[in-house]
Amino acid sequence: MLTACFLIIPLVTAFLIGISPARAARWIGLLGGLATLGWGVVFACMYPYWSEVPTEGAELAQYWPTVDTWSIVPLFGIQLELGVNSVSLLLVLLTCLFAPLTVTASFTAITERVKEFYIWLMILTASVLGVFIARDVITFYTCFEVSLIPGFFLVAIYGGPDRREASFKFFIYTFVGSIIMLAGFVYVVMRFAADVGGWLPSTNGGVNVWDIDALVTFVSTPGAFTGTEQAWILLALMVGFAVKVPLWPLHTWLPLAHNQAPTAGSVNFAAVILKLGAYGVYRFVIPMVPEAVVEWAPFIGTLAVIGIVYTALVCWAQTDIKKLIAYSSISHMGFCMIGIFALNPIGAQGGILYMLTHGLSSGALFICVGLMYERHHVKELDRIGGLAKSMPVWSFFMILFTFVAVGLPGLAGFVSEFLCLLGTFVASNPTEGGYPGVLGPWFGIIAGSGLILGAIYMLYMVGRLVFGPEHLPEHSGEHEEHTLPTDLNLREILTLTPIALVCFFIGIYPSPILDAVEPAAEHMLHDYPAAVERLAADTHDTTTSEDGTSLVLMTTNQGH
Amino acid sequence: MEFSSKLILISPEILLFIGAVVVAVLGLSNSRTLRRSVPFVTALFLAGSVVGTVYVYGDTDALAASSLLFPKIGLFVKCLVGIAAIGLVALGTGTIDRGFENAVASGRTRFDPLRVIRGEYHAFFLLSVLGVMLICNATDLIWLFLALELSSLPTYVMVALSRSSRKASESAIKYFFLGAMSAALFLYGFALLYGATGTLDFLEMREILGAAQASPDGYPAIAILGMTLAILGIAFKIAAVPMHFYAPDVYEGAANHMTGFLSIIPKVAGMLAIILLCGTFGWTEHQVISPEGTAMIQEGLPAPVSAVLWMIAVLTMTLGNIGALLQTSIKRIAAYSGISHSGYMLIGVIAGTENGIDAVLFYLVAYALGTLALFGVLSGLSRAGHEVESLEDLAGLWRRRPKMAAALALAAGSFVGLPPLLGFWGKLFIFIAGIESGHIVLVVIAGINSAISAWYYLHIAGVPIVKMATPRSEALSPRPNAGPRIVAIVAALSLVIVPIFSRDIYEFARCSMRYGELELKENENTDAMLPMRDEEQFADAGIMPTHVD
Repeated sequence: MLTACFLIIPLVTAFLIGISPARAARWIGLLGGLATLGWGVVFACMYPYWSEVPTEGAELAQYWPTVDTWSIVPLFGIQLELGVNSVSLLLVLLTCLFAPLTVTASFTAITERVKEFYIWLMILTASVLGVFIARDVITFYTCFEVSLIPGFFLVAIYGGPDRREASFKFFIYTFVGSIIMLAGFVYVVMRFAADVGGWLPSTNGGVNVWDIDALVTFVSTPGAFTGTEQAWILLALMVGFAVKVPLWPLHTWLPLAHNQAPTAGSVNFAAVILKLGAYGVYRFVIPMVPEAVVEWAPFIGTLAVIGIVYTALVCWAQTDIKKLIAYSSISHMGFCMIGIFALNPIGAQGGILYMLTHGLSSGALFICVGLMYERHHVKELDRIGGLAKSMPVWSFFMILFTFVAVGLPGLAGFVSEFLCLLGTFVASNPTEGGYPGVLGPWFGIIAGSGLILGAIYMLYMVGRLVFGPEHLPEHSGEHEEHTLPTDLNLREILTLTPIALVCFFIGIYPSPILDAVEPAAEHMLHDYPAAVERLAADTHDTTTSEDGTSLVLMTTNQGH
Repeated sequence: MEFSSKLILISPEILLFIGAVVVAVLGLSNSRTLRRSVPFVTALFLAGSVVGTVYVYGDTDALAASSLLFPKIGLFVKCLVGIAAIGLVALGTGTIDRGFENAVASGRTRFDPLRVIRGEYHAFFLLSVLGVMLICNATDLIWLFLALELSSLPTYVMVALSRSSRKASESAIKYFFLGAMSAALFLYGFALLYGATGTLDFLEMREILGAAQASPDGYPAIAILGMTLAILGIAFKIAAVPMHFYAPDVYEGAANHMTGFLSIIPKVAGMLAIILLCGTFGWTEHQVISPEGTAMIQEGLPAPVSAVLWMIAVLTMTLGNIGALLQTSIKRIAAYSGISHSGYMLIGVIAGTENGIDAVLFYLVAYALGTLALFGVLSGLSRAGHEVESLEDLAGLWRRRPKMAAALALAAGSFVGLPPLLGFWGKLFIFIAGIESGHIVLVVIAGINSAISAWYYLHIAGVPIVKMATPRSEALSPRPNAGPRIVAIVAALSLVIVPIFSRDIYEFARCSMRYGELELKENENTDAMLPMRDEEQFADAGIMPTHVD
């Protein structure tokens, strides 16, 4: 019941908004958002495994609470199972943080169909939280899919001029990916059921075949699946998650959707929806099919690195600020991917932390741009600039979050970016716990160049926008005069301040979060040393006679 | 089996027949009240036959002696068809004879029994439903043929009666000629099956074919050919490729409530007939994946039949979905989407493990409810006296009729398979059955097709909610009769609520799909996968779907 509150609070809020008059909608939304955030904080305080991993029941490492199950559709042993570990709880907190902030960021921006807007926002929050607290495949998949619907309507109803194309593209891309993912899920669950002797816990000795952890453990068991099958499973799952991350070249829905969405929609897309993909990779792909991942990590890493550099260059050429930040998200999520696919604890911690920090920085940047757009109704760099004079407070936040995004030391972005790159650098170095053949220094170097490009285009953007000669667009009169002050008002400052504080906190004192993430990262890589050894043995068998040097791999005993 | 006990077994059908006669007479009555009562009387007889079915099938001894191939399948299908038919009756309320009744009421015309069609329409309606129910009781090919024809012949007339436009007559003619051709095709197939086995009886045929399979020669070629022809002929009923061409034209020409009828009742009849025919070969053989991960050939449908069904399934879902992408008329979209759903259901038939057929029956429930919601909305609205036709007519519906727009969105969501709606579970069970029987390629193709279908279903859900009203859609107004709208709301709500009871429906379907004489053997096979319910729970489950309506 504790975890179910994460679903209940936003959904009840949505219901209350539905039955109350339109002018109360935003206030109820705000209260609901604050309640969600409050519950997130209370829950986080109750979570017992922040610093210590339970010694008993190693497979169930850190999941808490373990008793939240309901048999809503008990067919084929399907039951609803909720619980969190430290990684999912951090992402839950991120989502909870943005729940009230997206409401306050839309207070004056949304003037039409207000009730529906906040209802969709609350449903979006609930479904994203559902993905993070799911412990069984069906709940995970259901929430993963349901999050598309509010996303679609937020863009399609409240978006910019190209909203129709943007919303359809967003929906179709993600839906295609997740259907293929579903086929992959059904296949592995069916095999699991065949292995334990039935779908139902009553006939197979108490195993819940849809439980994510049990399933992952089964699939990663040596010999359960052949190498080819693992590769197909990897493909099926990666298609679903890579669209969401997004991984180049499946990213083309994102700039459009982010650009056309209303502020709250862009914030939610960038801050939490993209994290669904990365979280899926962390939760399923990496621990489930270690052998296939080791084989294909260079390929995925290459895609990620191409994405980093390519989209960074694309950013440079953008004049639309929202589009620029959208493309920068793709580039940044590439770092998250190479961190995770570096397959060592450093990179994994970096990747997991990156989900958080990218959520904070890109979400905050979209809020900033939204606040500016509300005042000037332009978002093209060549039509506006030099805002430091008229909007000093706004400029402060804009610069701050740009620094977070480019990874300035002392702010949140730096820690995670550094760890991702470090993990990639040492990924092929056996003495550091890496494996030859996966990512290596070259990946790190090229990705690092993306970092430099990132600094260039972000600073270029913020330089034009904040400094330089003041250049305000002429009001064409097509927009109603807003009643907002020239600079930010108290509500808007209060919207941005919490994010800024969290960014400072993570940047200056990241160790509590890293400590909490570390066991989860190690758990994720639990099967890798053995898998690499098996792969090496296979290769050894087939290539012994080639040049006499056998491919003996040093695998340090890490990750236990 | 004694004639009297056989009569008892078909007493629900007899009741429906009496109902058909009664409503035909009532429709001719001089009294306006009596004429208006026709739909209610029809619904009452349908409800009576559903209750009668549950009661009759409680008598397991009679069933055991009935020499039916699947003795209990009737319980599930008759309940499904009966309840769906009640919804369909409600869809038609207030649309048939409206012009004539208004004219009579205003005194412009004198009442003339020769000009009313309401009674005839409902009589034919009941006869068609009666035909579907009789298919469940078919013990041999002749009975199957007669029952199939009984279910189709009235529909040709109903299409023509459904609205007074030339389009409707054109549709009826098209439908009739192609229907007659398909009947010839499957009748030819039946003849070949008889030639191959020397019997018309399903159980005997099953024995003979089983013996033939065990022999070194395998199945006789004529039997396979006959089976293939029969399946191709029946493909017309479920609007599967290559017999799907009529569907968009006929659906477009018929009135909306009739289109709803056409997309549910013949489809159930066709699926049922295909299941019965495949049952004579049996799915006792099938390909499974062993725990070691290797695909093993166990028993299954004979390879040529399976291959034919495989091709039909793939083509049906693909052409159906691609066809739907190109349409702007919502009825044509519905026709093509119905075609593609037949393709998904055939996966279950091909899979044929117990899970496969159960998944098909479950899918039929999800499909019927989704269709009721969709056509409930369409027949509940009219555009200045005309029917809703293009998707653009629905723009801005959310503002003025939020419940209708929500029902439409739920129906579309269920069709596309969005969790947690009923359609998702239907698709999930079909996928599970397909993968379990080793047809992974088929499931992947179905998955890609679902993704394609997302495009047009998203339009159906999105246009009413997102788009602003256009002058054309401003003219949209609810029909005076609330029946269709109530059906739409109830069906849409059930798409959300029924998943909670999906276990009951599924196990109800499972109980229905046991071979008469092979009950013991089947039990042994399936106990490991899902515990069999005992008779008492089975009776409970029999009542379960009544909440569907």
